[in-house]
Amino acid sequence: MKYTGNIIKYGDNVDTDVIIPARYLNTSDHAELASHCMEDLDKTFVSRVQQGDIITAGWNFGCGSSREHAPIAIKASGISLVIAKSFARIFYRNAINIGLAIVECPEAADGISEGDKVEADLDSGMIRDLTTGKEYRTAPFPEFVQRIIENGGLMEAVAKGIIK
Amino acid sequence: MQSGRFLHFPRLDRQIILFKGMIFMAMTMTQKILAAHAGLGSVKAGDLILAGLDLVLGNDITSPVAIREFAKFGKDSVFDKNKVTMVMDHFVPNKDIKAAEQCRMCRDFCDDKDITHFFDVGEMGIEHALLPEKGLVTAGDLVIGADSHTCTYGALGAFSTGVGSTDMACGMAIGKAWFKVPSAMKIVLTGRLGRYVSGKDVILHIIGKIGVDGALYKSMEFTGEGLSSLSMADRLCIANMAVEAGAKNGIFEVDDITLSYIREHGAAQPVIYSADPDAVYDEVINIDLSEIEPTVAFPHLPGNARTFSEIGDIKIDQVVIGSCTNGRLEDLRIAAEILKGRKIAKNVRTIIIPATQRIYLEAMEEGLLRIFIEAGAVVSTPTCGPCLGGYMGILAAGEKAVATTNRNFVGRMGHVDSEVYLASPATAAASAVTGRISDPREVMGV
Repeated sequence: MKYTGNIIKYGDNVDTDVIIPARYLNTSDHAELASHCMEDLDKTFVSRVQQGDIITAGWNFGCGSSREHAPIAIKASGISLVIAKSFARIFYRNAINIGLAIVECPEAADGISEGDKVEADLDSGMIRDLTTGKEYRTAPFPEFVQRIIENGGLMEAVAKGIIK
Repeated sequence: MQSGRFLHFPRLDRQIILFKGMIFMAMTMTQKILAAHAGLGSVKAGDLILAGLDLVLGNDITSPVAIREFAKFGKDSVFDKNKVTMVMDHFVPNKDIKAAEQCRMCRDFCDDKDITHFFDVGEMGIEHALLPEKGLVTAGDLVIGADSHTCTYGALGAFSTGVGSTDMACGMAIGKAWFKVPSAMKIVLTGRLGRYVSGKDVILHIIGKIGVDGALYKSMEFTGEGLSSLSMADRLCIANMAVEAGAKNGIFEVDDITLSYIREHGAAQPVIYSADPDAVYDEVINIDLSEIEPTVAFPHLPGNARTFSEIGDIKIDQVVIGSCTNGRLEDLRIAAEILKGRKIAKNVRTIIIPATQRIYLEAMEEGLLRIFIEAGAVVSTPTCGPCLGGYMGILAAGEKAVATTNRNFVGRMGHVDSEVYLASPATAAASAVTGRISDPREVMGV
């Protein structure tokens, strides 16, 4: 899978409470969640995010609550990929399970700047910063995880009897 | 892919010990529970497995998303109607129309699928206080819950971990979940806690020491002779906040205290798993409980732990005593001991929330509610409400709260410019009396 987009950059420990505050958890409507995405961290996010944009962040992205509303809000806002130094574990599995592409790459998260245009090929594990020309390598997903993503999410794989 | 198989080829670098001709791999407590539930003789850190589940939990926030996902499965029933549970606890009694719609969706689903353990207003409590109390978890179980604090049940010697709604849907459908087998950190406890120091101070101290991602993807396994002095309330509180250090699970070695709790609450026959003596740990942390002091986590991370020599004069606007972390009877008793015969400082709204109906009733029978009300606190029906900034105690811009809850992220209890200081019930009660963040030992003159 290949992703190309412009970078929106955040720091360490971006928690799910700032990704989607609890006051909006009385809905699971994707568009409504997206309209409040990142609200308590970055009020400009919703107005400036473009379809296909890529988030880079520091350590422990998505820490805190297990709310799947967080990766849903990010995906529904148009973000195609999140590159972070590390992800909190529940966010990591939620993203895989709903088919939001994520990748851990500390070097890329450090080296890529806000606004850069980036191309990432997760099959080969290659991330290219098209603005600076720098390249970064990551490990590809394990086969099991790739199978979930290829099928469009965990429940799609369960419904097809691939996981039983 | 079925349980009983690895989800990829195990690498050959695993630690193998030859024992009387058998191939035997040293495992942690967590790894043993995962291996048993995956139908495997052994597992090692990094293996991807599919494991059978003893209980699948959701609440009124996460279940609606899971129910929508479950529909993709295209089957009428869940894998086992006795092994799925939903607890309406976050926004109930319904805080608004949307919350009411979410609860109705859960209620209708549980009715339609004939779910045995559906807990609505009147029966509900905060999920992680409720399930152990109802005897729904026992030692050796494998539990997932669509709530990050599902790691609480590690106090009972179970493997339990928070997941998302899609994992919950998958669990409800096939009774299984995928896991990457974690490595572990061993925490060896010695000594005994001092007066007005509790499990909350221990876990805040640990998170302060290792950081909010100090145990990322790992198990935290608690052991040592110091365990014998920790009550189940202390252990449940400590395991509850393992996730705030990034851990996959926190788990306690099973002892007589665990077993008598399990018996008392009518849980299923426990299965005791102990770590192999030569199990490999990434790190071993030694904690002398007698050296732990009342600890407060400053905004905006649970890892910003400070003790009173590093805490200045901080005036507060609100105190919250409750939550899945600290809403148990022992927590209310210590708060009552401090509030008895005292008055809460003017303009400090103090909200006390017994975590379950049973705790509420016991607190009433013991006279604790009278002490709270006479001191000037309000007592609420069980709810997660203020902990996550849902309702029932939202902060205005610039306000500060001392809370016995588990997170102090930006905007967690209300306005983005408000602040939450995490503390024990004793520290919270002492702070309510003085109107400033206060050491309970000072207020009580010990």
